[in-house]
Amino acid sequence: MGNLSFASLIRRPESGAFLGMVFVFVFFAIFGGRNFTSFAGAASWLNVAANLGIIAIPIGFLMIAGELDISIGAMVPAASMSMGIISGHYGLPIPVGILMTLGFAVVIGWINGIMVVRTAVPSLIVTMGTLFAVTGLTLFLSILLTNTTAVAMNPPAWAKAIFGGFYFNSYQVIIVWWLGLTALYVYFLHFSPWGNWLFAMGGDKESARNAGIPTTKFTIGLFILSSVSAAFVGLCQTILFNSAQVSTGMSFIFNAIISVVIGGVLLTGGFGSVIGIFFGTLTFAMVNQGIYFTDFDRNLSSLIIGVMLLIAVLMNNTFRQMALSYTGSRKKD
Amino acid sequence: MSGQTPVIELRNVDKSFGPIDVLHDISLSVNAGEVLCLLGDNGAGKSTLIKTLAGVHRPTRGQFLMDGAEVSFERPRDAQEKGIATVHQFGGTFPLMTIGRSFFVGVEPTKGWGPFKVFDRKTANAIAVKAVRDFGITRIDDGDRLIGGLSGGERQSLAIARAVHFGARVLILDEPTAALGVKQASHVLRIVLEAKRRGIAVVFITHQVTHAMAVGDQYAVLIRGRVAANFRRGEKSREEITDLMAGGEALADLDVAMEG
Repeated sequence: MGNLSFASLIRRPESGAFLGMVFVFVFFAIFGGRNFTSFAGAASWLNVAANLGIIAIPIGFLMIAGELDISIGAMVPAASMSMGIISGHYGLPIPVGILMTLGFAVVIGWINGIMVVRTAVPSLIVTMGTLFAVTGLTLFLSILLTNTTAVAMNPPAWAKAIFGGFYFNSYQVIIVWWLGLTALYVYFLHFSPWGNWLFAMGGDKESARNAGIPTTKFTIGLFILSSVSAAFVGLCQTILFNSAQVSTGMSFIFNAIISVVIGGVLLTGGFGSVIGIFFGTLTFAMVNQGIYFTDFDRNLSSLIIGVMLLIAVLMNNTFRQMALSYTGSRKKD
Repeated sequence: MSGQTPVIELRNVDKSFGPIDVLHDISLSVNAGEVLCLLGDNGAGKSTLIKTLAGVHRPTRGQFLMDGAEVSFERPRDAQEKGIATVHQFGGTFPLMTIGRSFFVGVEPTKGWGPFKVFDRKTANAIAVKAVRDFGITRIDDGDRLIGGLSGGERQSLAIARAVHFGARVLILDEPTAALGVKQASHVLRIVLEAKRRGIAVVFITHQVTHAMAVGDQYAVLIRGRVAANFRRGEKSREEITDLMAGGEALADLDVAMEG
């Protein structure tokens, strides 16, 4: 029995991510002192985790399905600017700004999806194209429409309360969105029938199509989801900071992929979990922010993340081997 | 042969891709509870033929009948809905999914109500395990096992059991024993016989004459897109079949050369 429960535990993609997270937490709790675990200190890494996590889970879905979307790196600043221009520069109501921004994200996601399913060009290349295209478009339109690369906005109190405010002094409201969306995604991937389709697509796209799964529509939907999620984070940031600027969101690309991989999603697709990505995101945020609580040089955080990523990839492979060789309560003789 | 109407029948079917003719004047039929072994060397047109049966390709000329009525499939899904299931070499299964989940891909059983329908793991596992065990694969007893942990023969058997469970009347098995060892292959052959016993029409594609001899009721040898021979069980010897498969003349010439 003990053997069985251990076996079923290691089959879970999130077990490695959980161990990593506990290790990182203990590490920074020791070297970062009480500030890291204090109520105010925890906000610093939870805020980072929330902003990243909302993007990381849809990226994880794409990776489970065997695709990738790096255009999110352009979507975050593009949405931030779009929100600032529409509701700040032109002073249109917040809901209009939000709807137009998310609408733009739907279009970009749809373009990504259509190009990937129609051309069979690897999604890394397709979304690299849209990454640069959207970055250029954002800069061009910002200068054309506002003559600057930074716009101010004065969002009303309700918008701040819902999309971009602080609670308890330092907790961003986006944490609530992150937790809510994570719960929704857990249902989607692990409990609803659609989750099964996603794993099947990542496992073998041809067989999935033969089994009657609308793989084309589903793939396009996933690209729209990742694009819209990135845009949501971007527009929330504009509401939070009362301004938008054409900065780069490139760090989101790597950070999201790192969180997903540390979270136990296999690079080859077909395997992963939402909770794993959730842990992976928290782990990343703790390392990223925790370094400031310690006496270590802050550049070391990249070193730690790099090493953790490599360990995670190796562990994922090992876990997969173990999962595959598990043959139930009865062993081969 | 008997008064029975064949489940599937091709009459004078040609298939060309642009200027290239791949199939010429193919006429074949399979009855319920009968195994048709499709033999042929690489490039003989076997895969084009089974893709035509599976609804991937449409015949350029000729008729495709099911239960005596002419049918025309726009896409594989149409063929599946009529009960034509294709099982490929690797079984159309997903290595990193559990047996229960893989079995029900696309037709997931759910419980709960409204928008909160939940994948019913217990039911899925129970049905999947039972379906495979009914086919005689008793080593599978836990629906939570990953497909990748099964042997090649078990994966094939699972895929066949899945197709039959979802109402297949015609099974197209595309070289199911090609990559398997002797013991694993015999498992799959037993599954083929079980499918036949249940009244399913089976089209069995293979290179291995031994495997074909073990389960076939009817044989068709394909050479360069034509049916070179179509005969019943016992009408030809093992050697004759091998010769036919290798192109007949070529092998005979070789024999003469070696003797001389």
